[in-house]
Amino acid sequence: MATGLGLESLVDQTISVITNDGRNIVVRHCFAYVANTGLETLYFADFLILFQGVLRGFDQATNLILDESHERVYSTKEGVQQLVLGLYIIRGDNISVVGELDEDLDSNLDMSKLRAHPLKPVVH
Amino acid sequence: MLFFSYFKDMVGREVTVELKNDLAIRGTLHSVDQYLNIKLENTRVVDEDKYPHMRSVRNCFIRGSVVRYVQLPPDGVDIELLHDATRREARGG
Repeated sequence: MATGLGLESLVDQTISVITNDGRNIVVRHCFAYVANTGLETLYFADFLILFQGVLRGFDQATNLILDESHERVYSTKEGVQQLVLGLYIIRGDNISVVGELDEDLDSNLDMSKLRAHPLKPVVH
Repeated sequence: MLFFSYFKDMVGREVTVELKNDLAIRGTLHSVDQYLNIKLENTRVVDEDKYPHMRSVRNCFIRGSVVRYVQLPPDGVDIELLHDATRREARGG
């Protein structure tokens, strides 16, 4: 009965995490810190943030350890901004989706031109 | 247990998973576990213009707790079999 969560194959891979509040973290090598993006703008209603980074570990409750992570802040008014976070632990009950990032597809995206409406937070 | 077994039988089929944040992700069901966490392969977000956030993601893990619906292929549902199984489970058998 104790089957694995299926996240084993994502360990040490670059992943993209969408959290329940609509944020997205991408975990990978660090990107340049984007100046003029104080915390107050991060939570402005028109922003969606994605988490990205390298998955270092996880457990049964989907708690994740992310290394070299950064957030991708989406907006309808300007391109995607990337914020360096570093080492993060995300509690499992805040996780919505853990995606394996295809580096080739990702490098073809022009982040400065990407516009997006915010993802709604998860409503249980 | 019933739906865990049911989804295990659906592995390899094309499904659309709608999340509780209205994001709908279509892909091939790769695996499911006891929490009904779902792994999809060859994923596409249904409304990619509106939700470009997963453009560079082709395989993903979806936490069971955020799933609202799983849309199944019509021929993947044996209604009689599901009726019987759910009634049996409701009776505690």
